[in-house]
Amino acid sequence: MKTIVVIGNGMVGFKFCEKFVTKENLGNYKVIVFGEEPRPAYDRVHLSEFFENQNAKALELAPQSWYEENGIELITDTRITDIHRDKKTITSVNEKQYTYDYLVLATGSSAFVPPIKGVEKKGVFVYRTIEDLEDMLSYAAKLKVKNPNAKAAVLGGGLLGLEAGKAAMDMGLEPHIVEFAPKLMPRQLDSRSSQVLQLKLESIGLNIHLSKATNQILGDDGYITGMEFGEDDVLDVEMLIISAGIRPRDELGKTCNLEMGVRGGIVVNNKMQTSDPDIYAIGEVALYNQMIYGLVAPGYDMADVAANQILGQTETLMPDEIDMSTKLKLIGVDVASFGEPFMPASKGHSIIFENKTQHLYKRINVSLDGKSLLGGILVGDAADYNMLHQIYLNGMSIPEDPAQLILPASEGGTTFGDVTDLPDEAQICSCESVTKGQICNVIENGEATDVTGVVSYTKAGTGCGGCKPMVTDLTNATLKALGIEVKEGVCEHFDLSRQDLYKIIQVKGYTTFNEVLDNHGTGGHGCELCKPLVASLMASINADTANKEYAIQDSNDRFLANIQRNGTYSVVPRVPGGEITPDKLIALGQIAKKYDLYTKVTGGVRIDLFGATLNQLPLIWKELISHGFESGHAYGKSLRTVKTCVGSTWCRYGMDESVSFGIELENRYRGIRAPHKIKGGVSGCIRECAEARGKDFGLIAVEGGWNLYLGGNGGATPRHAELFAEQIDNETVIKYIDRYLMFYMRTAKPLQRTAAWQDRLEGGIEYLKEVIIEDKLGIAADLDEEMQSLVNKFECEWTQAVNDPEMMKRFNHFVNSEDEDDNLVFVPLREQKMPEPWK
Amino acid sequence: MEEILKKYKTTKLEGVNVWFKAAPVDAFPKDGGACVKYKDLQIAVFNFERLNTWYASQNLSPEKQEMVLSRGMIGDHNGIPMVACPLHKKTFSLETGENLNGDLEPIAIYPVKIENNIVYIGFSE
Ligand SMILES: Cc1cc2nc3c(=O)[nH]c(=O)nc-3n(C[C@H](O)[C@H](O)[C@H](O)COP(=O)(O)OP(=O)(O)OC[C@H]3O[C@@H](n4cnc5c(N)ncnc54)[C@H](O)[C@@H]3O)c2cc1C
Ligand code: SF4
Ligand code: SF4
Ligand code: FES
Repeated sequence: MKTIVVIGNGMVGFKFCEKFVTKENLGNYKVIVFGEEPRPAYDRVHLSEFFENQNAKALELAPQSWYEENGIELITDTRITDIHRDKKTITSVNEKQYTYDYLVLATGSSAFVPPIKGVEKKGVFVYRTIEDLEDMLSYAAKLKVKNPNAKAAVLGGGLLGLEAGKAAMDMGLEPHIVEFAPKLMPRQLDSRSSQVLQLKLESIGLNIHLSKATNQILGDDGYITGMEFGEDDVLDVEMLIISAGIRPRDELGKTCNLEMGVRGGIVVNNKMQTSDPDIYAIGEVALYNQMIYGLVAPGYDMADVAANQILGQTETLMPDEIDMSTKLKLIGVDVASFGEPFMPASKGHSIIFENKTQHLYKRINVSLDGKSLLGGILVGDAADYNMLHQIYLNGMSIPEDPAQLILPASEGGTTFGDVTDLPDEAQICSCESVTKGQICNVIENGEATDVTGVVSYTKAGTGCGGCKPMVTDLTNATLKALGIEVKEGVCEHFDLSRQDLYKIIQVKGYTTFNEVLDNHGTGGHGCELCKPLVASLMASINADTANKEYAIQDSNDRFLANIQRNGTYSVVPRVPGGEITPDKLIALGQIAKKYDLYTKVTGGVRIDLFGATLNQLPLIWKELISHGFESGHAYGKSLRTVKTCVGSTWCRYGMDESVSFGIELENRYRGIRAPHKIKGGVSGCIRECAEARGKDFGLIAVEGGWNLYLGGNGGATPRHAELFAEQIDNETVIKYIDRYLMFYMRTAKPLQRTAAWQDRLEGGIEYLKEVIIEDKLGIAADLDEEMQSLVNKFECEWTQAVNDPEMMKRFNHFVNSEDEDDNLVFVPLREQKMPEPWK
Repeated sequence: MEEILKKYKTTKLEGVNVWFKAAPVDAFPKDGGACVKYKDLQIAVFNFERLNTWYASQNLSPEKQEMVLSRGMIGDHNGIPMVACPLHKKTFSLETGENLNGDLEPIAIYPVKIENNIVYIGFSE
């Protein structure tokens, strides 16, 4: 039995484990992994996503249980302090010793903090770990309470610095980027492309300061207050994120006398061996070809090489040339560079296309004979990046006039190259080393039939994600070549998408499910996917209530209540904006008492009465309606609540009447059926007590009007709503929300919340602004009219139901008896009751 | 197995000894289901109006033993008539009782006949 000890459980250390366990004959090996961080390895590349949801679990590369299942011992929260090469042992911080046969150093790197006077001040951060982000978030939150207009700077205008700048902006701080060089992303961009990028970044609100050497960090009482560049050249900031490069965490190598690079890093050969053949180094700690590669893809290759070497597959070596192409992953800003971005005129020709007003810059470098592509830079539109990158990597031939590769179609450009033209060995996903051949293969042999399948079989696209568009194109092209239609249909009964069905129902004016199925379906009866969908569409178009064709409704809509664990229902009357009179509260209490219902305040701040039997539902509702209540649609894919804070009617900070407006909005959109449920929120000031940014539409009162946020939600993948418009009046708010919801109802996929829909909309929130504010599609008037007609047609479906003896019949448990369900058993719970637990 | 599940046994047409007169056709929703009480049994009856066929099964969800199947959505999957349980959308064939999207116990199925606009369900006893 041989023991392999891995020090460092970061991205590359994890990849080593993952590669290792797929190999054969592992019975003779035991793997122990040490990680200094408190949690198992996570996706550092997508660290910034932590700002969106603060969900560390979602970033995890594999759960703790994965290591156990694969026989790997993972010891987190434990730093290794020494290596004793003579004894082949290591020591951990808690003074424990472990012996190894092979040692793998995957200790990564740390953020480089330049020795500037004052960097130790509070409010100065680095951007590397989840803990760093947590600290920043809590610091920023405190800052904002004191000063809503607080500023944050990022030291370093590289790839990572820009990402940090965006993060500062998302934290609600005024963002500043400070770069020492005269250009942004100095390693990837030339000065012209840097200028174009600068304009673009400034247009989204990032302030850029170039050619600035920071002399010292100013402070007050130990807290940062500014950065001083020269005499009289000071930038006032209350927070600083340092992103000035990385330093390998090579301290273990140094103390045990491994061969080191002059400027750090543990020297390795192409087998990933250090100067001690039993010690390997991989990832950002390894100095290979005198370089530290600050990217994840080369690290993954290193992990694979080391795993193979240790197992005796000595022919797997690290290639000499390592591709350093990169793409910035800031939403709305396209920047990429590949191959050799800067090219001396002696080595080749450069072709440049630039359009400053459109923030567009494209440069390609072509060999002197004009036959091959050597590299390039894309700013403003990196749609061609994947293809150009492939042409470069595979040395594919290029058109006689290479300018065609980058010119817009209107100026003679053609879409050159197609995924299908790539050679089989072309590497589509560099993170996971997946080739075109492998992807085509899993489709051709039937293992995968769609993109999700391809991703789960090959792992392509699970690293940086940059190759996803190409994986999708390739998958679709391969399916097509095989004659397999790329399905978009909602289920086996319809080959049409939701959006197609919406148009058809609207144009043809269908009012029953059977009409739609007979005329546009593929036969059969329909199913639990298409029936509620068509019901929802007809409701979105005609304002039909769920009573109209109740058998095609989702079970909850059919009985106008939410089914609970034991088959009884809950009853939720509407309480617009959460405002309720004492009389109504008393009525609710009396009704709940009479029917012995379990009572609880819901997450949407209304009152939920649980445990009503089917037979009781209409009786309870009759009483509720007589007290002035109406359906709360808690069971429908429709507006739930508009949560409000008390606003200026009571609150000493309130800037506007959030309750009044919330009630108006809730009453406006009540009952409208949508692809999924919709929630709203209105806060009276930026303290945001109504949590409006967690809603599909949220409003915050500010000086001069309302700020409107769109596309937020809680649930399994929480997401903050994005700022859509600022300082607008009530009327404009309603106009925008009308259009937004209507556009969403027209175009979303079945059961897609606004957040997911907005995320997948090409162009995102900016595109929505064009459609909703500028009416780019010329549909605003239709959207307005459609929404107004839905508003006008509103009817409470419970009032309908209890006033119609025919409809009331639906609520009998038996068709041939007045009896109730005899299978119900309740048990007591804190002075109320609950259904007997499931076995 | 739970006592209550044992009360429901698939009955084939040839095993029917009692045709229980349940209710008139129009007591059942079109293309939907409703529940019938027979002795101490709860039977879900489904009216596939589009094909003019009827099915009956236990009303009991075999997963959680709640009386809910008659309130589920009906339809077909690859031509097999099915009901989806309203609790967790488990689907069951109404021809064989088999769980189509999982490996739950099959549900019991009973024959149905319509005479003079009255729905009858067949039981062995
Ligand atoms: C915000 C951000 C964005 C990025 N974006 C991209 C991108 O878009 N594309 C790209 O290719 N790359 C990107 N990177 C870089 C990428 O994350 C790194 O290349 C990669 O994480 C390197 O992996 P690693 O395992 O070598 O190091 P790390 O992931 O840093 O892992 C090293 C681990 O070892 C632990 N460790 C160190 N010393 C010890 C010790 N003595 N004992 C025990 N444990 C120890 C550390 O705590 C750490 O957990 C980004 C990095 C950041 C921070
Ligand atoms: S959000 Fe503002 S107005 Fe509303 S309750 Fe909170 S502090 Fe008051
Ligand atoms: S969070 Fe889960 S358990 Fe709680 S109500 Fe929602 S679905 Fe039910
Ligand atoms: S190239 Fe990074 S995930 Fe495929």
